[in-house]
Amino acid sequence: MDNLLSIVTFIPALAALILALFLRGDDAASARNAKWVALIATSITFLVSLFILAEFDPSNTGFQMVEERAWLMGLTYKLGVDGISVLFVMLTTFMMPLTIAASWDVKTRVKEYMIAFLVLETLMLGVFMALDLVLFYVFFEAGLIPMFLIIGIWGGKERIYASFKFFLYTFLGSVLMLVAMVAMFADAGTTDIPTLMRHSFAFDGFSILGVQIVGGLQTLLFLAFFASFAVKMPMWPVHTWLPDAHVQAPTAGSVVLAAILLKMGGYGFLRFSLPMFPVGSDVIAPLVLWMSAIAIVYTSLVALVQEDMKKLIAYSSVAHMGFVTMGIFAVNQQGVDGAIFQMISHGFISGALFLCVGVIYDRMHTREIDAYGGLVNRMPAYALIFMFFTMANVGLPGTSGFVGEFLTLMGIFKVNTWVAAVAALGVILSAGYALWLYRRVVFGDLIKESLKTISDMTTREKAIFAPLVVMTLLLGVYPSLVTDIISPSVEALVSNYHTALLDAGTAAAALAQSH
Amino acid sequence: MQADLNTILPEIVISVYAMLALLAAVYTQKDRLAGPLTYGTAGLFLVVALWIGLGGQGTSSAFGGMFVEDAFARFAKVTILLSAAAVLVMGMGYLERHKMMKFEYPLLVALSVVGMMFMVSAGDLMALYMGLELQSLALYVIAAMRRDSLRSTEAGLKYFVLGALSSGLLLYGASLVYGYAGTTLFSGIVAAAGDGLAPVGLLFGLVFVMAGLAFKISAVPFHMWTPDVYEGSPTPVTAFFATAPKVAAMALFARVLHDAFGGVSSDWSQVLVLLSVLSMFLGAIAAIGQTNIKRLMAYSSIAHMGYAMIGLAAGTALGIEAMLTYMAIYVTMNIGTFAFVLSMERDGVPVTDINALRMYAKVEPGKALALLVLLFSLAGVPPMLGFFAKLGVWQAGVDAGLFWLVTASAVASAIGAYYYLRIVYFMYFGEETQGALDENTSPVLWTMLMGAALIMVVGLAGLFGVDSAAATAAAALVN
Repeated sequence: MDNLLSIVTFIPALAALILALFLRGDDAASARNAKWVALIATSITFLVSLFILAEFDPSNTGFQMVEERAWLMGLTYKLGVDGISVLFVMLTTFMMPLTIAASWDVKTRVKEYMIAFLVLETLMLGVFMALDLVLFYVFFEAGLIPMFLIIGIWGGKERIYASFKFFLYTFLGSVLMLVAMVAMFADAGTTDIPTLMRHSFAFDGFSILGVQIVGGLQTLLFLAFFASFAVKMPMWPVHTWLPDAHVQAPTAGSVVLAAILLKMGGYGFLRFSLPMFPVGSDVIAPLVLWMSAIAIVYTSLVALVQEDMKKLIAYSSVAHMGFVTMGIFAVNQQGVDGAIFQMISHGFISGALFLCVGVIYDRMHTREIDAYGGLVNRMPAYALIFMFFTMANVGLPGTSGFVGEFLTLMGIFKVNTWVAAVAALGVILSAGYALWLYRRVVFGDLIKESLKTISDMTTREKAIFAPLVVMTLLLGVYPSLVTDIISPSVEALVSNYHTALLDAGTAAAALAQSH
Repeated sequence: MQADLNTILPEIVISVYAMLALLAAVYTQKDRLAGPLTYGTAGLFLVVALWIGLGGQGTSSAFGGMFVEDAFARFAKVTILLSAAAVLVMGMGYLERHKMMKFEYPLLVALSVVGMMFMVSAGDLMALYMGLELQSLALYVIAAMRRDSLRSTEAGLKYFVLGALSSGLLLYGASLVYGYAGTTLFSGIVAAAGDGLAPVGLLFGLVFVMAGLAFKISAVPFHMWTPDVYEGSPTPVTAFFATAPKVAAMALFARVLHDAFGGVSSDWSQVLVLLSVLSMFLGAIAAIGQTNIKRLMAYSSIAHMGYAMIGLAAGTALGIEAMLTYMAIYVTMNIGTFAFVLSMERDGVPVTDINALRMYAKVEPGKALALLVLLFSLAGVPPMLGFFAKLGVWQAGVDAGLFWLVTASAVASAIGAYYYLRIVYFMYFGEETQGALDENTSPVLWTMLMGAALIMVVGLAGLFGVDSAAATAAAALVN
């Protein structure tokens, strides 16, 4: 199949169109139909996407299954995957059916809800496949619209504030990236991503308003992209939209946000920042490393004092993303491998944790930690699953969380021991807040009157968690499943990066000599 | 002489039609003819647009260079005619319901359109002024069309007084230019201005001419009239103000700058950069507090003119192309949005408060979705076409080295997104406070709204040849 990627990308959008055009009525029957259409469409997307994985050749470090068509204004519609992006595509198609299944109890405006999620899936897949700058940007930004509506319409009490904050924060970050993209087009004369990766942007320093810019154009472009991806990641100190968005979003919205949307930032660093602006990355990397270290420790401490379960997990997400940025900007095999691994694994684990919160939220309609306690007495299955994902979040060996944290720490240790030492503190702190949360919610005596009638997980809920448990465990004991696919591409990325830096260094030295 | 008249035949046809129709209506049934005349005028616009768009070839000039007919003029004229036709048809139901249907309305619109057509073809300062005044005088009258409304007469008067002032500035500038160049012909001025070394008096004149034109496109700091006039005028008239005259004035701006002052682009570029930055930021910030959708659209149009001016400030063919594409997309978005505003009524009374839109998505999901698409397009969020409009001008800006301007406009567009989002928020997750709006959408308004929204999304697959037409037009102007 020549256009496998397009097919996978647009199946959900097609289903959304069908829902929008042909499903009428507000009754229970039409709501049920909408749910089934969405579930079937996302499942088909996942099944078809397995062909991508089957057809993918890990030893080839270039882009595969490339599709190219002329598009408007001289741009091209170009899709393709490589070792870095293919697993994000798989993560997206894997998580979406689970998200839809987790939203089975949605009561209000079910049709619109399903349409929003289906459209969102198309856009997220597009982000990971796009091989044209503007096409990437279109998918990247358009995703804000359904997410804005998901938080705004189906969110909690403070949903309006949270949805605006989410939209405007990310929008401001991204328009700066767009300016940089336009500048790149002016410089290189193309918006084709593979070509741009080979293009060398100018890096001789100049000064703006008396400020000396080391790394010149590359540093400025890097910063513009950084503005977008750092917000999306999110990195300290621009992470503040995330806790609000997570707390207010409906459970499925939180899952998508944590499992997939946050990964776009890390993916962006790997796709654009490192290969296209090596000199700029090198200039800013120390700053990014320290920001990551601060993020890990600071947000872990903040997580310790949270009273809202979702907020706690949101802060823990920020901390875990700190490991990702740290691994990426260590720019060595272990670091980058670890960062990608951490992102995939965090997709499963944080998604599952938000689902865990959703399970008890559906029953008690509160996320206050103090409202719970002693759940193990009435919900043994829930206690077990929650325990498993808490341990995975802490990074217990045998779960996928361990591999990611270990690899990134190893990568960073080679580059900057101090950052590694500070970040390692985060591992301890994460055990602190995660286990304490677990103790307060699950253990103890069941004294609260309201909890005395709480029921354990239904079969549907267990079925949603089963694949996540399997994946977390599988990747924990057999990480080669992931690293075999990503390693060749990462190796190419890392070696290109260092070659580019070396060339730049030689060029700079030659320039200095001639003066 | 014969050839000259042939060149301006489309303008002659519309003028003669307007005058004959005026006589016919005065001597026969007066306002009962208003309906047929509206359709007649819109139909004529459509025919002339097709005639110009499909029939026009190459470049020709008439009356010793005072009137220029080229691809650039044709692009602008087709955009003007089509948008004017759409607005006329769209506003009819509203005017009928509110007893404002006067036969003069379509004819005044026709006359102002003739003025616009002369403006975009002007090859001489006199021709420019004639076209501009013909357009403006007709607009002053229709702004005050609702004689018994204080707001409407206030709007008309305000528009007239400030418009007269700006015409004065423009004339003063034109006289200076004439004094230093010795001619009013653009071809003569461009020779006198030379390549980058124009006499100071000429530049002085240029600045005044630019001030006058900036008033017409409501660029900051010449924007003060816009919100009041938009709010006070009857909504169909507001819709007209927001579309065709903006295209005409923008095209005229480009025409003057490139045809008459093409050699000193570095001088006017700085002025445009300033106008553009101020317009974008004022448009983005001042609209935040507005609850009246007409005022909000006024600020929105101020901001949009700022973005379009980036293309002008670039001073290149790419910039003109981007500006023209921007205007075409802008006009389409505004027609759709105003089709919606025209349909906003409660118990037959027009509503302009955006609070009335709370939870509108529950009442009419289809229309709400169309407006959502248009609003995101106005905010410049992909995948809507409004994004590609911005992308085009930014590309032109960066290409011309205007990095700061483009960065500033990026920040402004993020700020401006807030107020478009606020309407979406009202429609989709606001709380219901008042009674719902009427569900009385006329088929015309519905078609315009849905059509515009559909274009914003379908345009993603291809711009219907607008981009290539704009490129041809730009090539004709900048050489």
